[in-house]
Amino acid sequence: MKKFVGRVVAGGKISGEAIVSKQGMNTLATFQKSALKNAKIVISSDQNNPDLYKKVITGKILCLPKTIGSTTGGLVIQTICSMGINPSAMLFSEEIDSLAASGIILARNWENSQIIAIDKLGDKFLKYVETGDKITIEEDGTVIVEKK
Amino acid sequence: MKLTQEEKDILNGSQGETMAKIMKTVVDFGDVFGAKKLVPITHASHFVTSFGIGLLKPLFRTMDEIISAGIKTKEPFTVDPRPIDYKNVKCGLLNKLIFSKIMYKEQKRYEEQLKKIGLKDEKGFTCTSYFEEVGNLPKYGDILGWAESSAVVYANSVIGARCNRNSGMLDLFSAIIGKVPEFGLLTDEGRKADWIIDIQTSKLPEAQILGSAIGLKVMEDVPYIKGLDKFLGTELNDDVKSYLKDFGAASASNGSVALYHVGGLTPEAKEQGKKLIKKDAKVYTITDKELDRVYKSYPILWKNLNAKPKLCFIGCPHLSMSQLKVWATNIINNLKINNRKKVTVRTILTTSPQIADEFRNTELYKKLQKTGVKVSSICPLMYTNNPIAGSKPIITSSNKLRTYSSSRFYKNDDILRIITGGNK
Repeated sequence: MKKFVGRVVAGGKISGEAIVSKQGMNTLATFQKSALKNAKIVISSDQNNPDLYKKVITGKILCLPKTIGSTTGGLVIQTICSMGINPSAMLFSEEIDSLAASGIILARNWENSQIIAIDKLGDKFLKYVETGDKITIEEDGTVIVEKK
Repeated sequence: MKLTQEEKDILNGSQGETMAKIMKTVVDFGDVFGAKKLVPITHASHFVTSFGIGLLKPLFRTMDEIISAGIKTKEPFTVDPRPIDYKNVKCGLLNKLIFSKIMYKEQKRYEEQLKKIGLKDEKGFTCTSYFEEVGNLPKYGDILGWAESSAVVYANSVIGARCNRNSGMLDLFSAIIGKVPEFGLLTDEGRKADWIIDIQTSKLPEAQILGSAIGLKVMEDVPYIKGLDKFLGTELNDDVKSYLKDFGAASASNGSVALYHVGGLTPEAKEQGKKLIKKDAKVYTITDKELDRVYKSYPILWKNLNAKPKLCFIGCPHLSMSQLKVWATNIINNLKINNRKKVTVRTILTTSPQIADEFRNTELYKKLQKTGVKVSSICPLMYTNNPIAGSKPIITSSNKLRTYSSSRFYKNDDILRIITGGNK
């Protein structure tokens, strides 16, 4: 078990299972197919991201360096939050990028979403955490990772 | 963030609840990045969201709320290309049904909403709003609130305007309040390069592959590219600008580059030279071998790897006039060489409505028409979102389209050879 502390972008307390992308997550490419199908859960459709491709994202704690790709990214995050198929939290090892930040703020301000976002957790966090690990997030930005 | 009294009043509801929510969202966004203030936008906006996909309910709901509150953008804006063009990109009945009744069933409603809040005009639908023909061309030093990754990276890098990588919705909100938070690429420090890209290739690299390689490596950092002026020269003429457009789009979609400098060529690099490079900048060397490695790493997502291509899209981002003329001329000439009259793959050249109109009045267009090639202002990416249309074997010279669809990427020369029936 290891503890990491980041900066709270959108706070909250939750426990859940990690899904980890060691590379930048392309928001549009990851969510577009599930969103277009009006799916009940998101299964990543990003062919270029083997860490996430064909894996379930909904309800998981998504760990990543940051998001990349199309500038529709924020709107896509807002939309999946409005559909209730979002990850329950997004944990960024680096400083959150502008598109993910927009999406989180839009979801919180316009959709009453409770999605949690913590950033600046550091490279060690992303090296340590693996898909399937149990994660607990505290209100102050503390993230506890327990190996599966 | 320190706000002016007027901004505080808006936040507190002086201009109504919707404006307060819009202001709060822009301020919250700036706070995340440590912005100290909002600064005025000095040039008209460009939005990324041009498509009425039914599932984007939050977008349509917000637009209705904005319209009901009588709110408009400060300046007329342009927006990305339309997702449908039945006249030039013909579809079967089933595809039409999916496009019009399922996927983009809100298109008409959304376009009405865009008009009501300040869309420039009927032809304001292109990802290359910055071309002179379109007329949403910022100048050096302008502060922008644009979205559309390929337009942002072009405006920052080739024009020297200042724009962060804004998201859809934030582009709209910034255009409404006429201000953006000052941070990142709006500051001198934020425009300095984190990477030196050392070009050591034997010839001018293919723009789409070079952009992809750099995007995949530097992600959202700022690269300073050395050695490209050796091939491109030091003047931003139409051909060079077209090259940089495609290069930038690939870097922005394969990674998330929003600004690059090309030594000896782009405005800030010409002005400040190596002073733009941070002391601890990392180095990425580009060789012929490295570009080949990146090109070969692209997965091929066709169900049948040996399928005959059914459709070819050229122009994502939209082609410039000079690119359109080069493609048209090359297609006509190569068909002659190959003793053919028509292209062997249904081919769509995409460009802005203004350039398309101008091009349709030329003799070259009349000749091109005879080859079966169509000119459209559609967004190929939005077209390929249709699961039936998109699952066909589509080929493209766009690395952006490759990234967001199952289209197969080929270099320009290979595309030309395939669509004109040439031999390997």
